[in-house]
Amino acid sequence: MKKKKTGIRVSPADRIFDILNYVFLTLCLLIVAYPLYFIVIASVSDPTAVYAGKVILWPARFTLEGYQRILDYESFFTGYRNTVIYTVVGTAVNVLITIPGAYALSRKDLVGRNIFMMGVTFTMIFSGGLIPTYLLVISLNLYNTMWALILPVAVSAWNLIVARTFFQQTIPDELLEAATLDGAGNTQFFLRVVLPLSKSIIAVMVLFYAVNHWNSYFNALIYLKSAEKYPLQLVLRNILFENSLGDMVEDASTLALQQRLGDLIKYGIIIASSLPLLILYPFLQRFFIQGVMIGAVKG
Amino acid sequence: MSAFPPSPAVRHRSGSFQRKLRRIARNWELYLFLIPTIAYFLIFRYYPMYGIQIAFRNFKSTKGILGSQWVGLRNFERFFSATDFWQLLNNTLSVSIGTLLCSFPVPILLALFLNQLPSKRYKKIVQTVIYAPHFISTVVLVGIISLFFSPSSGIVNFIIQWLGGTPIHFMGQASWFRPLYIGSDIWQNAGWGSILYLAALASISPELHEAAVVDGANKFQRILHVDLPGILPTIVVMFILNSGKVMSVGFEKAYLMQTSLNLSASEIIATYVYKRGLLQAQFSFSTAVGLFESLANLILILTMNFISKKVTDSSLF
Repeated sequence: MKKKKTGIRVSPADRIFDILNYVFLTLCLLIVAYPLYFIVIASVSDPTAVYAGKVILWPARFTLEGYQRILDYESFFTGYRNTVIYTVVGTAVNVLITIPGAYALSRKDLVGRNIFMMGVTFTMIFSGGLIPTYLLVISLNLYNTMWALILPVAVSAWNLIVARTFFQQTIPDELLEAATLDGAGNTQFFLRVVLPLSKSIIAVMVLFYAVNHWNSYFNALIYLKSAEKYPLQLVLRNILFENSLGDMVEDASTLALQQRLGDLIKYGIIIASSLPLLILYPFLQRFFIQGVMIGAVKG
Repeated sequence: MSAFPPSPAVRHRSGSFQRKLRRIARNWELYLFLIPTIAYFLIFRYYPMYGIQIAFRNFKSTKGILGSQWVGLRNFERFFSATDFWQLLNNTLSVSIGTLLCSFPVPILLALFLNQLPSKRYKKIVQTVIYAPHFISTVVLVGIISLFFSPSSGIVNFIIQWLGGTPIHFMGQASWFRPLYIGSDIWQNAGWGSILYLAALASISPELHEAAVVDGANKFQRILHVDLPGILPTIVVMFILNSGKVMSVGFEKAYLMQTSLNLSASEIIATYVYKRGLLQAQFSFSTAVGLFESLANLILILTMNFISKKVTDSSLF
């Protein structure tokens, strides 16, 4: 029936293996995909039907009430706006520092390069810890400002090393020699030759850093006091775990009804907050994978 | 190497002190490129290491780091003799070792099977889906856990009831903390973790597979005798590196999964440091606890790295 490209017939053992393989991987696929799918259908179903266990494959008694209530919830939008600002500014800072720094560290003729690299690598295995870092942020007067979420994570040692590895692999020494013969300085060479060859690593860095900013909540938890500065993840945490739904559900007549409405809102808010990443990710997948692969060369 | 006479950029090893200075002068722009990076590491990475000394002092914010009184190892003694010390250590180690042992094999299995899938298109679909949870934030992940495993409305308890069991309050039982923690870790990260192994599998020479086919090996035998030995170095290195991290369990997920009912299993060193240090402002004591964790980690990583160098010839440093 089936022929392999090499022209060898698929043996019965291989056919059984293929079938089992399809079954196994389809099972894995469902285990990962179904919870995500369930959140989507539960977010547009009547919560009473979800409670009755009637929402399994399709939404039951379709409703957009959850999303409507999220639209009326101001903290959610403030959080969303804050996260977009923190992510854009934070990622810009990250990339502007990491890319030139990584390029300099990739140059074999940089005197002191080994010392710098040792200094960077050491921070990956030992750190001052939470409290000394916290006290530093306080003494720099960053507490309760946006910069407390950006400066302490301005460079990731791992990303710096990934970018450096990329430059070492893609920028041949000959290019620099040729440019030097033409009288180009280091800055000119970096801007005119290196950067145009480095679009993919810049994309990788933007994505890695941006995902981290978008998803992080710990620094906001310890460094931000004013609720109007909270990023999305912290607002989410309060909604998902502290049940601070407040006036979003208070018009529901009974406690049980409030809880159901609360769950509906939670499903909706999970979708609304993860949507940008989950939609963009399939198109950007190759960049993420490239980043992991470059990192693996060293790891 | 180029056909040109060795340029200054290549001839970097030779040279006296003066030549070095000339090289620094010629590349002054590179040092400008590096200034922000160096400043970041000095200020935000190395200065806190200097601040670690408050673990040996009785830190008062009014007196500053240097003005606070030395107390020697008193903070460490307090921690080691605390009633919850052994429980904290046990919780931290069980979560991390459990995660290491249960989570580690899954990406390898996924990669081995994905690699043998006849349909390249289906392979791509499976990959896209199983990588996706990696991008979900910890807050959302734990939110999903608590919704799915809720005793009154969670889908998991519906299934249990449908099968005739009684609902379980998963988030309120210490015994369920670790299974949930590890299970959700596998769900979120196993797919992503398979990327590395798929790359290693792709670099196995196709001739080996062809030779095995000629010898009459079926796919399962080829996985055992060609694929698995081929990626064994990657597996060993990954295992050694991962086991060097067993003392550090991330704060974020454990803290979010904590309820007052499961504390006896979910209180780990990281959450303890946060509560003692930032919520109760015992700065010196919690710095000492954090330092204990960092040092234990450092020793573990260096040991594992040393073993890796001896056994596999590959290492981080």
